[in-house]
Amino acid sequence: MSNNTGLDFERPILELEKKIEELRSLSAGEIDFTAEIKSLQSKLDKARRKVFKSLTAWQKVQIARHPQRPYMLDYVGLIFEEFIELSGDRCYADDKALIGGFATLDGERVMILGHQKGRDTKENLMRNFGSAHPEGYRKALRLMRLAEKFSIPILTFVDTPGAYPGIGAEERGQAEAIAVNLREMMALRTPVIVTIIGEGGSGGALGIGIGDRVIMLENAYYSVISPEGCAAILWKDKARAADAAVALKLTSRDQLGLGLVDEIVPEPLGGAHRDPEAVAAALKERLITNLKELTLLPPEELLEKRYRKFRCMGVFEEGIEE
Amino acid sequence: MRIFAKYKRKLRAQKKKDIPDGLWRKCKHCGEMITKKELEASLHVCPKCNYHYPLSAKRRLLITIDEGTFEEFDADLYPSDPLKFVDTKPYPERQAAAREKSKGLKDAIITGTGKLNGIDVAIAALEFSFMGGSMGAVVGEKITRLIERAMDKRLPLIIVSVSGGARMQESVLSLMQLAKTSGALSRFARQGLPYISIMADPTTGGTTASFASLGDVILAEPGALIGFAGPRVIKQTIQQDLPEGFQRSEFLLEHGFLDMIVQRKDLKGTMARLLRYMGGNTKPKTARKAVIKKRA
Ligand SMILES: [Zn+2]
Repeated sequence: MSNNTGLDFERPILELEKKIEELRSLSAGEIDFTAEIKSLQSKLDKARRKVFKSLTAWQKVQIARHPQRPYMLDYVGLIFEEFIELSGDRCYADDKALIGGFATLDGERVMILGHQKGRDTKENLMRNFGSAHPEGYRKALRLMRLAEKFSIPILTFVDTPGAYPGIGAEERGQAEAIAVNLREMMALRTPVIVTIIGEGGSGGALGIGIGDRVIMLENAYYSVISPEGCAAILWKDKARAADAAVALKLTSRDQLGLGLVDEIVPEPLGGAHRDPEAVAAALKERLITNLKELTLLPPEELLEKRYRKFRCMGVFEEGIEE
Repeated sequence: MRIFAKYKRKLRAQKKKDIPDGLWRKCKHCGEMITKKELEASLHVCPKCNYHYPLSAKRRLLITIDEGTFEEFDADLYPSDPLKFVDTKPYPERQAAAREKSKGLKDAIITGTGKLNGIDVAIAALEFSFMGGSMGAVVGEKITRLIERAMDKRLPLIIVSVSGGARMQESVLSLMQLAKTSGALSRFARQGLPYISIMADPTTGGTTASFASLGDVILAEPGALIGFAGPRVIKQTIQQDLPEGFQRSEFLLEHGFLDMIVQRKDLKGTMARLLRYMGGNTKPKTARKAVIKKRA
């Protein structure tokens, strides 16, 4: 997708921006367009507020999937001083959809892990659109254990439509790989901070999603199933994805309200892709602050708190029914 | 061939007419006619094709736990509707329908303790007729409490799964039940206590991606569908037909994800034998025999 086309609801805004840009470049000539530009600018501001301040759940999903949205490696470049990528699960393969390695954050050693999507067709083939195979989850666990061994905190970045549903993935135990990560992440004797930067697609997200803190970018989503999948099963109609998105309560506000994430990092109007540097700076600050708090805790307390955090998730009734 | 099949079907139809309603049923797997009595006697396994029908949680406990020893936990937990989830029906309506279908269960699971061939165990059985055995907060909580109690009382743990995975109507709250149950198992694993996971047809999605795959020993019934993604989703994604036997117990055994495939009638005995090696509290039978022999 080129820079000038966008999502349906972005288009009027992008068109206004383009017009203003054109007038500005023409202004260098004889005619003065200052007045026109000013009027268009106020129109643009209004349109931005109107569209972006009241995004529907489904529009947020589309922003989370935006082809220009910053991905894991974009944030890595903007947040960390160094990144040494490590490869392979020592068992079957190296999964390019879930990557990780040592990194330096504000002078401190960390281990980073995250799903990585591709920008173009070629890269997406390599990255499998951010859908990891079992080897990705097993590599992640290997690197997390490596981090634990050297008392290095772990930062994970979640951005996946889901763990890959394919023949090879099933043959090599997709479910087992995720299950083992859930069990083992709960017991890692080093701080873990999870950030959902884009798509929080079900088990594939949770497979690197257990931590002492869970941060969510404002327009990221988290769901037990894709809105399309949910619509296909419950409504028997994929086209009802927008309704499913509402019902699934998948936005960052919903997750915060349900106590499933700890904090939200705000995005600029229109989404993170409108200003990746600003989002990265805000996220960096939150990561540093949270890490400082977590590294003060003795491992036993850290583990107890992590267990309690997930232990109390879920709402049910108990006792005599009304 | 085809004509013959037609003829056979005609014959069967004829046969069915002659027999009082409700006594015969057609195996949904092989199409053969079986009597209800036969099916009951074979623990709901088709005597013709060995298809293992889903067992209700109650029946599963009945054939697994010694008579009169089962003590149920948390029977008063029932689901809520925190998201006010409405698809084509509101979630509470689906709960009510499921309760009826499952003959009165409040959610898709029964947990408790009992004896298995004399060995004290903590056991959970999922219920497929309650919203596809899906895991919401009640299932997650009951499993987690069971694991915690098993730790307290130092009991072996058995979970029999028949489940389509996480319950969509509780969205991320149900996804977090994967984290919760697996987290409890991470503590359980450090207690030196055994966990046997049994997978029955079907065990998929979030159930397979959490507690069901975390057994010290994992057993499955023959022919059970076991996997992460459902076959339909995979077929749609890869736009190819799936290989014969894909995601069935035999396929998983071949790929190294099961310890054994066990016929339903042999499950209880197999579990008892395994528990002897993994801290079950009965004394090994062979040792006792040896002692007796010596005396003689
Ligand atoms: Zn049959």
